[in-house]
Amino acid sequence: MNLRGFRPKTWLRQGALCVVAVVWLFPYLWMGLTSLKPLAEIVSAPTALWPKQATLEAYREVFRSLPLARYFFNTSVMALGIAALQILLALPAGYALAKLRFRGKRWAFGLIVATLLVPAQVRFVPVFSLLASVGLVNTLSGLILPFGVSALGTFLVRQALLSVPDAQIEAARMDGAGELYIIYRLLAPLLRPTLISLFLFSFVSHWNDYFWPLVLTTDEHARTLPLAIALLREQGTGVRWHLVMAGNVLLSLPALAVFAAAQRHLLRAVTVRGFGG
Amino acid sequence: MKPSRPSDPYWMLLPTLLLLFVFFVFPLGMLIEHSLLSWDLLTPARYVGLANYRSLLRSGELWQTFVTTLSMSSAVVVGSMSAGLALALLLDRPGRWAAFVRSAVFSAYVVSWVSVGLLFLWLLDADSGIFAALWRVFSDGRAPRWLADPALAPWAVAAVTIWKITGYALVIFLAGLQDVPQSILEAAELDGASPVRRFGSVTWPLLRPTTLFVATTSLIASFQLFDVVRVMTQGGPVRSTTVFVYAIYEQLFLDLRVGRASAEAVVFFVVLLLLTGAQFLLFRTEETA
Repeated sequence: MNLRGFRPKTWLRQGALCVVAVVWLFPYLWMGLTSLKPLAEIVSAPTALWPKQATLEAYREVFRSLPLARYFFNTSVMALGIAALQILLALPAGYALAKLRFRGKRWAFGLIVATLLVPAQVRFVPVFSLLASVGLVNTLSGLILPFGVSALGTFLVRQALLSVPDAQIEAARMDGAGELYIIYRLLAPLLRPTLISLFLFSFVSHWNDYFWPLVLTTDEHARTLPLAIALLREQGTGVRWHLVMAGNVLLSLPALAVFAAAQRHLLRAVTVRGFGG
Repeated sequence: MKPSRPSDPYWMLLPTLLLLFVFFVFPLGMLIEHSLLSWDLLTPARYVGLANYRSLLRSGELWQTFVTTLSMSSAVVVGSMSAGLALALLLDRPGRWAAFVRSAVFSAYVVSWVSVGLLFLWLLDADSGIFAALWRVFSDGRAPRWLADPALAPWAVAAVTIWKITGYALVIFLAGLQDVPQSILEAAELDGASPVRRFGSVTWPLLRPTTLFVATTSLIASFQLFDVVRVMTQGGPVRSTTVFVYAIYEQLFLDLRVGRASAEAVVFFVVLLLLTGAQFLLFRTEETA
């Protein structure tokens, strides 16, 4: 049926797409709008769509009441530290497993794959007592080290290296290149797309991580942003949703920015690694 | 290849294996040892054998946690998979608008659980939330207290989780749809098969491995749900949203019962291993079938 270009099926599909867009985008819009309202409006007309008097007061108050600079610093150092360490360590390990012949290789590989089965949610009980016994609770090292190795990252780097021809590595050796040079200067650039995906995915998951910092920090010294923003609500702010939403905007914007800038890489990481950290 | 020096592979693997040993292998041993203790972190630990496991079983706590986790996870898996598949079929087309909607749905998967939890706490607020306001438009009664009613809270949290992870199912299903040969679909269309028929006889059977993959990975992942529960309900009301990880966390940090927390973590680990084992078997039979 085609009456003057009016096609019901197309319109139905467009309508469905609009509904989907609203369902997934409205919450963000609502978060932003709420953060721009003054307290009086939250109390008197909480569900009015637009703020009558838009103000940045909520942001100012969040900055006044929380040491946000420290939380941003902690969260960035932690997330960047974990992502960088994972890649730095995965390269030599993946290289040895993919390219070198040695005794115990199958054991090492088996151990790495086996640790994929142990999620942070299982090991946090003993790791907490372990780190407590060496004084690493409430430190950034305590937040970074338990995630310094990504078994999956090592595995994926190994898989990617399998397709690099041996001849290329042998040629570099003939030219007198050391193994470290081969790993970090010759092979790393070849694996660029894989490494970028791993890095970004790891960065975003740890930027967002709530569980581990919750377990491992008890004061604000090493506290990270997700924890601080969640506390903003717990600490009896009552109806002050404009503050919670302002904090929430500050927490989610960096993740959304990375997403907007590098969606392709994150998608790659998700389709190969499946879901979860 | 032969290593340049025989020791090369060992130092290359040393940091990785060392960290894995310290933070994965050794803690698992510790976990099992701790599960046999009565210990509050303050006074000396006492060996109690299997008492922790027995009391978890007898009190019915373990069973309740398992049932809560399983029912919420099942709702999440069924919900996010159906939504993900429907959206994948809707969005599997070129064009900037479709790409934009795809990104919108997927973005929820990238934002933190804390953000999503806080956002929906506000949207679902019983007095001033948007959902309560919408409810009042369409009916004259008070809106239900979604997060304060033990009969509703698990499903409210599950719905929020579905909103967050549907993007995952969508992305995997879209990848799966690329493997459905266009030629077969066109042939079926020429033979006069309706869209519903084409989906039922061509697309759906060919998506089977993808569906299985999404189902098992999301099930294993949603068994590990914690953040959204901690932010939105703290396991309540009346323990109706106390899932496995939350129960373990509560034993350790609120009750300071290291032994019981460890015993529960051991059980949780075994459950995850069984799920992973089942996934492995499913895929093996799928491949040989």
